[in-house]
Amino acid sequence: MAKKFYGVGIPEFDVSALTGKLIVVEGCDGAGRSTQVSLIKNSLEHSGFPVTEVQMKQSELVGKELIEIMKGNVLTPQTMSLLYMTDFADLLENSILPALKAGFVVVSDRYIYTIIARHVVRGIDQTWLKNICSVALVPDLVIYLNAKPQTLAERIFHKYGTLNYWESGMDISTKNDVFENFISYQKLLHKQFLQMSKEYKFISLSSEAEPMEVFSYIEPLVLKLMK
Amino acid sequence: MISKIYPGKLIAVEGLDGSGKSTQIALLRRWLELGNYKVFFTEWNSSQLVKKITKKGKDQKTLTPTTFSLVHCTDFADRYERQIVPLLKAGYLVLCDRYIFTAFARDAVRKVDKRWLKKLYSFAHLPDITFYFNVPLDVALDRILSGRPELKYHEAGMDLELSEDPYESFKLFQGMIYDEYSALCKEFKLTVIDATLPPEEQQQFMRKQIERKMRLSDFVYKGVHRPIGPMPTHKAR
Repeated sequence: MAKKFYGVGIPEFDVSALTGKLIVVEGCDGAGRSTQVSLIKNSLEHSGFPVTEVQMKQSELVGKELIEIMKGNVLTPQTMSLLYMTDFADLLENSILPALKAGFVVVSDRYIYTIIARHVVRGIDQTWLKNICSVALVPDLVIYLNAKPQTLAERIFHKYGTLNYWESGMDISTKNDVFENFISYQKLLHKQFLQMSKEYKFISLSSEAEPMEVFSYIEPLVLKLMK
Repeated sequence: MISKIYPGKLIAVEGLDGSGKSTQIALLRRWLELGNYKVFFTEWNSSQLVKKITKKGKDQKTLTPTTFSLVHCTDFADRYERQIVPLLKAGYLVLCDRYIFTAFARDAVRKVDKRWLKKLYSFAHLPDITFYFNVPLDVALDRILSGRPELKYHEAGMDLELSEDPYESFKLFQGMIYDEYSALCKEFKLTVIDATLPPEEQQQFMRKQIERKMRLSDFVYKGVHRPIGPMPTHKAR
């Protein structure tokens, strides 16, 4: 499948030079994305393919600042979405595209869909967001992992002991109940992901099961892509 | 573009570096402040939050045309949502040294897609009046370059790889921006000021235009008269 951008893409960038593959793992917090990303990486490396892992908020340009700013909750959603996009564009141009050019498989933990979902539920215009996100490259494979909010919460409690302020949508709720907010916020996000599912060709998988069982559905898709 | 009706008014200045727009908007601000009007001034690329990021990107030269564009839009959105809009809603005269047209011109020169750019900034209210300071390219270049200042990398458009020499690069870059501005003037019907005229004449023209376009008596500050500080010093460019 020939590479292309969703829309305008990166000015004067030649996609035909991209020989690698882009695999995206999307899903809510606690859906098991990072576990599946590691499993994909292991499997590909085992078969002899070089792999680069990337994730949001890791860009050289704004990654650290974004995390700092989120501690303060001082930006409005529109500004926040632009900052996320800056982070994404930096990651795209300085990590993803160079790796794909070098023939690597890039496995991305989250992608533009998270930016769209998070900000649509905060009242930002979807068309406007999709337009900004049209600089993104169309991935070769998008896996959307989903699990019940209760499962997500349990996994997060198990791992961190506490629910994150943003992942509970505390900024958009008037209720003080973190758990209730988490459940309703995750439902809202899931709804947004489902709405995007067709347009962006997600492969939706339930991640209620054990990681290895989930991976048994993913692995054939990844291997098929590499043929 | 959104054109919501707010009780306040938005006044912007645009033009090349060296066109004298910052001097003129400072004089305008002074006039309005001394007249006890509700006035607020904001300049391009000045949001405290985004400043660090912009500086880092510029210092490390890792900004691409797309991230350059997004960083500046983030800066603008931050000022827009936290200052410009609330002040317009509160009935202020909001003065902007550079507005979205600066991004349209600079980013287009960096080959960012123009339709994408316009959609990117589509959340922004168009100014009630935008003064474009039209100055022949050689005059603007002379004003900036006569002191042989040290030109910053992005300021000189070095990222465009037009020339290895910063001065030569700056000239070519400014020429390209000039062409973009000329097109924007027509498209957005900007109010053109001949920036080669004596400064006081330009200022009189601006004041007249403003008085013609808005009823200034609506913007008188009714609170306690606050002491007015010294003339704000603006950094060039």
